Amino acid sequence: MIKKMKPWLHVWLFALAAQAGAAPVSVKDDRGLLQQWPAPPQRIVSLLPSLTETVCALGACERLVGVDRYSNYPAAVDKLPKLGGLDDTQVESIVALRPDVVLVAPSSRVQDRLAALGLKVVVLETRSHADVKRVLQSVGQLLAVPEPLKVWQQIEAQMAEAAASVPASARGLTVYYEVDSSPFAAGESSFIGETLARLGPRNIVGKELGPFPKLNPEFVVRADPQLIMVAQRNAVKLAERPGWNQIRALKDKRLCVFPPQESELMARPGPRMGEAAKFMARCLREVAPK
Amino acid sequence: MNATKPLHLLLGLLLLSCALSLLGVAVGSTGFSLEMLQGGDAVQQQILWQIRFPRSAGAWAAGALLGLAGAVAQGLFRNPLADPYLLGASAGAGLGVAVLLVLLGLSPATAAWSMKLGLTGAAFLGAVAAVLLTLTLARGVQQTMRLLLAGVIVGVVLGSATALLTIMTPDIMRPMQAFMLGTTGFLSWASVWILLPVLLGCLLVALGASRALDALTLGEATARSLGVRLPLVRLSLIATLALATGAAVAQAGLIAFVGLVAPHLVRSRTHSTHGWLLLLSALTGGALLLAADIAARWLIAPQELPVGVVTSMLGGAYLLLLMHRGKVGELK
Repeated sequence: MIKKMKPWLHVWLFALAAQAGAAPVSVKDDRGLLQQWPAPPQRIVSLLPSLTETVCALGACERLVGVDRYSNYPAAVDKLPKLGGLDDTQVESIVALRPDVVLVAPSSRVQDRLAALGLKVVVLETRSHADVKRVLQSVGQLLAVPEPLKVWQQIEAQMAEAAASVPASARGLTVYYEVDSSPFAAGESSFIGETLARLGPRNIVGKELGPFPKLNPEFVVRADPQLIMVAQRNAVKLAERPGWNQIRALKDKRLCVFPPQESELMARPGPRMGEAAKFMARCLREVAPK
Repeated sequence: MNATKPLHLLLGLLLLSCALSLLGVAVGSTGFSLEMLQGGDAVQQQILWQIRFPRSAGAWAAGALLGLAGAVAQGLFRNPLADPYLLGASAGAGLGVAVLLVLLGLSPATAAWSMKLGLTGAAFLGAVAAVLLTLTLARGVQQTMRLLLAGVIVGVVLGSATALLTIMTPDIMRPMQAFMLGTTGFLSWASVWILLPVLLGCLLVALGASRALDALTLGEATARSLGVRLPLVRLSLIATLALATGAAVAQAGLIAFVGLVAPHLVRSRTHSTHGWLLLLSALTGGALLLAADIAARWLIAPQELPVGVVTSMLGGAYLLLLMHRGKVGELK
């Protein structure tokens, strides 16, 4: 009976696929691995917040069946099963969800385990603006979404709008963007640094130091930035750090402290980079020399 | 082996500390340069006096506290593997910092409150609370085994609580990691003025109890028969241990290995009573952490290495070398 049904099932599945306008898709991920799907994946697991946001920005939010613990945007993903973090991903729950594809970051530990269990894993890295664009394209291709780069054009437009709103007097300011109080800075080569560069101010942490260097605090005192951008969590007693009370930014009160919901968004290299640029532009308007 | 006289070792360590301090003043975000010492503009002066001097002095003092605490712990528990973090101070400090970081991101009200306390306050409170918890679990300080076991348990439980908090709040992962690896970058004169008096006080108490520690090496029963008032000695030494560790950890984070390795380094150089051992361990710890701090800011300037990684590398490599030569870990 079951054997007899099988051909019918195939036909039915084929019809379903054809209905979705589906031809086979193939995508090469950041490991250089080329994988094929008979039809665009309908059940997606994303294990990185920025990849979750990318899938949703491409209009495929309803195809997500599970996300990592830290994915919280857009609100729709909060209802999905949460599958743990980078180091404690719940392999069993992922397999039970029977995803057509699992999107992960290169630093994820589970990619080999999932692949060994027969799942199709796509590894995507987002570190820079160019990465974000490339990932949009790859995910768009995978999901068979028409014109995935429209999202990128939106980001570009938002950034251009943000840049235009920055007064000329704020453009030459030297800026220190603290990612973390150790202190880790966002350098010119990070995606945050790239956005900053679009808006005008000059980053005190050059390309040669890498994207997120752990600095000697003395370096910041020596560079004497005119503006400091920092998340609220790290803004504890900045002026009490040795020698910091003499930094121009703190003397002239050119300090932007971003609340948690904003700093979280700003730390994600994804489709909301344009919004992050707006927050930075707002900061620059507030502190611009009159 | 030729044992150095304790007094010679003392002078040698003092000289080494002075030399390292000078080097510490010359090394910063621009690598090694002597231009700082030749006057220069206001910024240079400020970097010299507000950053490099307190940083070097603070690193030395924190290291000295850890070295002293290590020697006290090893003497008190008669165990060469004992270190300052034995009674759960490190786990407590870690949890204190984690809770503070979580509160900072929770709501503006809790953030304002946590900002007042600061990371150092939270770490110190956490460390002291953990030691008190250990003492409660061990029902006082009288049974060494109970104390050790309670310390291990408190360390594990508080450590897991920290790990849980960190996993639930990924934003605090990086600051937590920085704290766990130790950081000397933000030591200021304020930290030095806390660390130095604590060091002096702890050193005096420890030296006062050094005869009792000598007697303890013969066993608790013998010590008692020699007239040592064990309860008092234990209580004052554990208070010293907690205070020294708490102060160092609060200012410089969980710096690994200094407390464990400093007494061993001293013992490898000289045979001495506990009086000398305590003093020399403090000096060795100070020199070791200062050297590590200088290496941390020098090697990849203007970036920094986590100082705890450097102490482990330096101290560990040296200890391995000594073990290879058969100078450490032998029964004497």
